[in-house]
Amino acid sequence: MFIFAIGLAGLLYLGMTAQPTSTVVLLPDADGKAGRVELQTQAARQTLDAPYASANATNRGVFVARTENADEIQRRYAQVLAARPAAPVTYTLTFESGSAVDLVPEFKTVLDQLLAAIARYPAPEVIVIGHTDRVGSDADNDRLSVRRAETVRDKLVQAGIAASLISVAGRGERQPAIATADGVAQAENRRVEITVR
Amino acid sequence: MDIFKSITLATALSLAGLHALAGNEAGVVKISKGAVTVERDQQKLPASVGTRIFSSDRVTTGSDGAVGITLHDNTLLSAGPNSTVDLNKFAFDSTTHAGTIDATVKRGTLSVISGKIAKATPEAVRFSAPGMTLGVRGTSFVIDAGP
Repeated sequence: MFIFAIGLAGLLYLGMTAQPTSTVVLLPDADGKAGRVELQTQAARQTLDAPYASANATNRGVFVARTENADEIQRRYAQVLAARPAAPVTYTLTFESGSAVDLVPEFKTVLDQLLAAIARYPAPEVIVIGHTDRVGSDADNDRLSVRRAETVRDKLVQAGIAASLISVAGRGERQPAIATADGVAQAENRRVEITVR
Repeated sequence: MDIFKSITLATALSLAGLHALAGNEAGVVKISKGAVTVERDQQKLPASVGTRIFSSDRVTTGSDGAVGITLHDNTLLSAGPNSTVDLNKFAFDSTTHAGTIDATVKRGTLSVISGKIAKATPEAVRFSAPGMTLGVRGTSFVIDAGP
């Protein structure tokens, strides 16, 4: 009976005491500001939206929120933070209207920067993404954007970049560099972005 | 010719089968330190720089281990020592940016810098840790699931 009472008291204690389970710490983005994460247990919600805001969920599903010290977080999570891959880097080339082939002269400059980036990244990938302006149909622009990307891919291969590193995509007119009404010929939107990651 | 056709078909089918088993290719290991293992279809494979990561893979690190993975939507993941992370589901359409990320941190630490899917459809990105789930609105954070 006595042992049973101790056992029951122990269970009650465990049930009433907040045992931490998982912790989330929001980190500043490259610009020093923080985005937002929304945490949820079966019992509670918690939003984190400031640099070094953190919350841990207890075994009772309740969040304990606080603001952490930046240096302490960098120390505590030094190993996981040191293993973060380098941020991808993107270069942009622009095209003449409706054309998939007439590249502007800055190609050579971009190529030099690309080659340097490829040498810098471990297991480098080169992603070539074509974009169009908003002249023409969506379907035509999807095809044109892929052709632009393929044109650049071929030039990169000619320049000595291994084709196996390169993948190609076309975003059509979904992602204009400068927002315009449909049907507007906007030079800055006729472009190919080359990302190394 | 018929034999050649059927061999080609059989090869194509078996490749398709393998692909279905392995799931979508999700990303590439960029940093690997100490013991890092990928578990796929009940097999454990060592993961080094350049190893491809697929949807449904489990990534584990040893006490001296750490791993950095760039996913195909530019999401940057890293795991610290003594970590187990399940990439339950990954899909990404490079034309529309539609996709899904669903990952679970079973133990240890995971750092996330969100990518194109979180930007296009934040509700399609979900991370889980013991006792909680996270919705992401374009950002950088660390999940510590404990030992």
